[in-house]
Formats: sequence, structure tokens, C-alpha cells
Amino acid sequence: MSAISMILVVIVAFFAGMEGILDEFQFHQPLVSCTLIGLVTGHLTLGIMLGGSLQMIALGWANIGAAVAPDIALAATASAIILIQGGQGTHGLGSAIAFAIPLAVAGLFLTMIVRTITVAIVHFMDAAAAKGNSRMIDFWQMVCICLQGLRIAIPAALLLIIPASSVRDLLGSMPSWLSDGMTIGGGMVVAVGYAMVINMMASREVWPFFAIGFVIAAITDLTLIAIGAIGLSLALMYLELDKGGSGKGNNGGSNNNTGDPLGDILDDY
Amino acid sequence: MEEKKVSLTKSDRLRVAWRSTFLQGSWNYERMQNGGWCYSMIPAINKLYKKKEDRIAAYQRHLEFFNTHPYVASPVIGVTLALEEERANGAPVDDVAIQGVKVGMMGPLAGVGDPVFWYTVRPIVGALGASLALSGNIIGPILFFVIWNIIRWGFMWYTQEFGYRAGSKITEDLSGGLLQSVTRVASMMGMFVIAALIERWVVIKFTPVVSRIKQQAGAYIDWDKLPKGAKGIQAALQQQASGLSLTKVKVTTLQDNLDSLIPGLVPLLLTFLCMWLLKKKVSPIVIIIGIFIVGVVGHVVGLL
Repeated sequence: MSAISMILVVIVAFFAGMEGILDEFQFHQPLVSCTLIGLVTGHLTLGIMLGGSLQMIALGWANIGAAVAPDIALAATASAIILIQGGQGTHGLGSAIAFAIPLAVAGLFLTMIVRTITVAIVHFMDAAAAKGNSRMIDFWQMVCICLQGLRIAIPAALLLIIPASSVRDLLGSMPSWLSDGMTIGGGMVVAVGYAMVINMMASREVWPFFAIGFVIAAITDLTLIAIGAIGLSLALMYLELDKGGSGKGNNGGSNNNTGDPLGDILDDY
Repeated sequence: MEEKKVSLTKSDRLRVAWRSTFLQGSWNYERMQNGGWCYSMIPAINKLYKKKEDRIAAYQRHLEFFNTHPYVASPVIGVTLALEEERANGAPVDDVAIQGVKVGMMGPLAGVGDPVFWYTVRPIVGALGASLALSGNIIGPILFFVIWNIIRWGFMWYTQEFGYRAGSKITEDLSGGLLQSVTRVASMMGMFVIAALIERWVVIKFTPVVSRIKQQAGAYIDWDKLPKGAKGIQAALQQQASGLSLTKVKVTTLQDNLDSLIPGLVPLLLTFLCMWLLKKKVSPIVIIIGIFIVGVVGHVVGLL
């Protein structure tokens, strides 16, 4: 890998780390970060494929409440580097995904460390606020974001230092029963993310929707967009019918007056 | 007081909205999003308050505890901007009122943001992109990135503006049925799509062979009797298209039997098992590692 590629990979990793906490542009999602790493190293297709596989696994991963999800930012970045350094092409996908999981756990500890350091930095912000110095508040905010970026950029740089031949030997020494088994595990692990999401959303009124969705998915002619449209329509119909039952005159009227502007915005997407 | 009324221009509000992109940057265990919140408010504070004591008070007021879903913070920011503007113009809005609005809104709004964005929109848009990406199609990642950011930025900007215009009146809306409806629609649609994703993308294939049946003559392609060269290939493809089997022996695996019952039954059961384990407070990481072990062991013994 050329020096320029390496630098670009570290930059991508830095962005992924920042986004891992910000959760705005989604640079940390494997679909984006693996693709970018593939792009800067000249293995675009390989990066996209890895991104797609990891994205499927991580679809339901989100940090909410007590359920802490594994850190996808480190997992995606590091496994993309391993895949490309390993040089096995699409055959390496299974083992790269397998490596991603322990890395996702390791990433959790790094996040915890940074969030603890940030407690101290917030006190520096307090001090800056007491002096009325908004520039310093801005500065410390930037420091925090950069720390989050380094959280992924440093491990990525360390991985790049390991010579590609060692990575290749490591992957090559993996027996095929292990890597094939890992690939099979990767296909099943997707269920964990979905289970997390369902546990958060499930209530008695939504289970029929789950059943219909499951049955309809067997019709392979329907694309995901079509399934989404059916789901949204059913949900809106249900809501409308439910409203009608509880008295149209009073309730509906007041709801329409106060709720429409925000409702329109929310419906727009 | 009437002679010089300060108000926030659209560019001030855009600046605040852009900064609120970094809301979670200084997320910490003590006061969570407080640093990012103060950082977002700074352009507005500096515009509204000219005296140093007022600015210091405002910075400190906005370094108080705050935590919600990063996108639904936008309407809260909008309302807070409106309140700060009134205060700067001499209206009797005290610290307690501002903090009260922030805390009062963040709870119910987080309850909307999580199911809508993390459980409905991201799984759907992500699955759409990922399903294209699996075959190496660049459209997948691009689609995901573009759609997501249009939705996100549109939502953040419009709800911030909505909050700014509605001001403190927005709390009346919050107690109404609107938010509840949005959450309900999101979770219904989310469940619907998640179920479809389970059927399509959780992959488990049981390989044990249930039966081997030797097929009757005429039910399979007789490779020896095909013409030579390209014509033979053509004939073979035509025969296959007309429903002839490729091999002499019809092999039925356990998976074929399960699929004829209900496609996706095993993935569904696996998902239910994961849900049950999660409810038993088993860490998701332990479950993930366990599944990988099952995958390897199952493959070695020839089950998967």
C-alpha cells in the first residue's frame, strides 16, 4: 500500500471515529467507511462488498439506554484494512467479518475511555464559560471531537504498520473450516441486531405488523422499497381507523389545528 | 428597551443548526450532551447579549445537563432560541424556565427519535444500501449516504425552525397526540420491515441430506446424449429451462424441507431466541460470539 493510501485510510478512520460519537453523517457505518477505505486503496468493489455484509450485521446496533451495542466504527475500519492487506480478495470476506466482532468489543472500551476523559474537558469548558471566553468553549469542543477521531485513527495506523505479508500469513494460516464457519456465523449474527430493535419496539399492537411483514417478505418480487411502502401504508391506515373510533368531532379537530405543521414535516421524509 | 430589539437572523439560526451537528462531540458521563449544547448555542448567545456578565450567565446556563436523541434536539434548540431572544429583549424569562423547557422536551422527544431514526429509518435505508452493496454495487453506499443525510438535515433544519417559531407554545403540542402518533407509526412500520429483513437476510442453511431419490428417465438432463459443442450447451440450457433436473439423483436437504413449510422459519426462531436471551440480560456481545462458535462447530460437524 502506498504512503498516500495509508494517510488517506487514517483520515477515513479519523472521520469514522468522529462520527462514531456524533452519529450524524454516518461515516462510521460500514457501508460508508469500508467503501471509502476501498476507494482510497484501489479496492473499491471489495470495500463495498465488505461494507454491505457488515452493514447487514450492524443494522440494529444503536446505543440506547442500558443496551450497549458493539462499536461498529472500529470494527468496520479495522476489518476493511485487514481484508485489503490480506490480499485474498472476496475469499477473505468471511475472515475479515470474523475479525470485526472482537474489534467491535475492543472499540467499546476505547469509547468508555474517551467519554471519561471528556468529563475533565467539560470542566475546562466550565472555566472558559466563567471567563466569558466562547472561543475556548469552541476549542474544547473540537478537542473532544478530535479525541473521538483518534480513537479509531490510532488503531487504524497501528494496523497499517503491520506488514501486509504478516497479515497475509495470519489469514492464510486460518484453516478453511474456521473461516467457512465464521462466514456461516456471520449470516446468523444479523439476528442479534434485529432482536435488539424488536425488544425496544415490541408492544401488543405492533405484533400483527411483524407477522404480515414476515410473510410478505417471502414474495421475492417485492423490493425493499415496496415493502417499506406497504408497511407505511398499513401503519397510516391503522392509525386513521384507530382515531376514527375514538370520536371524530372533538379529537380530530384539535389535533389537526395544532399538529399539522410538524406532522407534514415528519411525513415528508 | 423598545428602541433596540435584537433578533436572530436566518443565518444566525443556520449557524446554530450547523453547530448542532456536533452536539454529541463532547458526550461525557457527567452531564452528557451539555458541552455540545453550549457549543451550538454560542453564535446565538454572542448575538443576543452584548454585556459580558450576560454572556457568562448564558454560557453557564447552557452547560447544564442535557441529553436526548441528537436529531430531535433540534426542535428543543429552536424553542430555546426563541426564549433566549425574548429574554434578551427584556421579557421575564428566567433560568428555571429555560432549563425547564429543555428538560421537559428532551425526555418525550428522545422517545420519538430512537424508534423513528435508529429503529425504522436506519434499518430500512441501511438494508436498502447494503443489499445493493453485497454484490459490489457502488449505488448502495451512495444511496444510503445521500438519502440519510437529506432526511437528517431536512429534519434538523425544519424542526429547529418550527421550534423557533412556535416558541414556548410547543410544549402544548408535545402533550397532545401528535408525538405519540409519530412514534406509533414508526414502530408499526419498523416492526413490519424488520420482520421482512429477518426473512430475507438472516442466513441459516442446514446441509444434512434428508433423502436421495434416483429420478426417472426424462426428468433429468441426460448429458451423454447431448450434441457436442455449443449446441449441446444450448440444448442443456433449454432442457433446464423446461424444468429438467441437472443431476440424476434428486437431493433433498433438511433446508429444503423447512423452506417448504415456512421460508425463514429458522431465522425467525433464532431471532426470538436472541430476544429472549437479551431479556435475560445476556450481553449482545456474548450472544454474537456464541453464534460464531455455533457457526464454526455446526460447520465442522456438517450440520450447517
